[in-house]
Amino acid sequence: MSDVVTMDDLSNEEILSILDDSKRLIPVASGEVHLPLLEGKVLANMFYENSTRTRMSFETAMKRLGGSVLNFTSVGTSVAKGETLYDTMQMVDGYADIAVIRHPRQGAAQYSADAVDIPILNAGDGAGNHPTQTMLDLFTIMEAHGKIEGLNVVLVGDLRYGRTVHSLSHALIRFGAKLTLVSPETLSMPEEIVRDLRSSGAEISESSDLSSSIPDADVIYMTRIQKERFPDEDEYAKVAGIYTLGSKDMHGAKEGMIVMHPLPRVGELHPSLDSTPHARYFQQAFNGVPTRMALLCRGLGVTIPKEVK
Amino acid sequence: MSEMRRVTAICNGTVIDHIPAGHALQVIRMLRIDINRSNPVSLVMNVPSDKMGRKDLLKIEDLELNQEELDRLALISPNASVAIIRNYGVAEKRVVELAEELVNVARCTFTNCITQNDREPLPQKLRVVSREPMEIRCYYCGKVQTMTDIVDNIL
Repeated sequence: MSDVVTMDDLSNEEILSILDDSKRLIPVASGEVHLPLLEGKVLANMFYENSTRTRMSFETAMKRLGGSVLNFTSVGTSVAKGETLYDTMQMVDGYADIAVIRHPRQGAAQYSADAVDIPILNAGDGAGNHPTQTMLDLFTIMEAHGKIEGLNVVLVGDLRYGRTVHSLSHALIRFGAKLTLVSPETLSMPEEIVRDLRSSGAEISESSDLSSSIPDADVIYMTRIQKERFPDEDEYAKVAGIYTLGSKDMHGAKEGMIVMHPLPRVGELHPSLDSTPHARYFQQAFNGVPTRMALLCRGLGVTIPKEVK
Repeated sequence: MSEMRRVTAICNGTVIDHIPAGHALQVIRMLRIDINRSNPVSLVMNVPSDKMGRKDLLKIEDLELNQEELDRLALISPNASVAIIRNYGVAEKRVVELAEELVNVARCTFTNCITQNDREPLPQKLRVVSREPMEIRCYYCGKVQTMTDIVDNIL
């Protein structure tokens, strides 16, 4: 199947091959090379939840490859009238060749994949998974370090509800990275994920202190404490703003250490960090385009030429 | 076999032996046996067993459970021995097998799972991730379901 619902849908070899494809697609992603590999193909961008980067980068990826995009939001459509996800997806099956779905409910992407024949790419299901983000995260790490094995990756912030870190941690472990999980106790990584990671022999340490993790880090992956996932505002207020990084925090850091963030940031990364060589989050956001191009091509069974000119 | 004397032999039906002690009522729920139905059900709980220390036992008269129904009880009673009785004799012995996927056995308990919308038509599916120790997760959202969750949410 060509669905990508969780990182388990991709083997390590496939991941490396997609990362390799993504690298070759950079000139296409930036518009320097015209390569209409997906001409005549239609992508349905199904967004039941807010998105800036994921949605735009999928749209750019499809358009740069000559394809077209149907944009869907739950506002102003039959979803507001109570249409089920199953029914909506039946329409999409008829209108598009591939669909990207983001949905507030966990399991929605797997459900959609079961409901239709066209390939489904999960762009975030509740607090579940976000594998296409993981692909661009891995790409960004490889771009900076040339490898993943043996790197110390510190995942910071909302590890409980943060779907990007759920998918990313699985993938990093498969490639032999060491993980440090930094979060307040109330937002720690779900038990079943930690169990999965440990059972695959991963080296994991858990802490609530960010500053002590900085000197050994090769990658610091910050996340936003997501207000929208908290059942009550008081609980949010207790942990909002607990972890912040600015340029002054970079003094003890390794020279090649990179700071990543799936964005949007609300205060956890001070703008003073932007001009340091450690900041990679904007580059990371751009990397969504070539990696999503490669994922769209894979989903549609289109081979990317060995030389892109 | 002293426990067999606690209830009379049945003429036709299904006998489920070696149910973990105290779980017979859950088995009844899991098999969707309607307790208001007319044919008799004998239930023996917490009787001594050489193999298990203590066990439960069920005799359901005039009902032959099929394999699919029996596999449902693999969740709580994976080592149960099942005999189909016809004319007071054991006509067939059946083994309970835990399938990889449990379709429409129980509802996922996670409040934010896509399957919480009753109008969504695809079946409820649970996945057996590990047998020893038993770990079951929702096929769609991936959340772990405890045995209590499953029994409380049997479909």
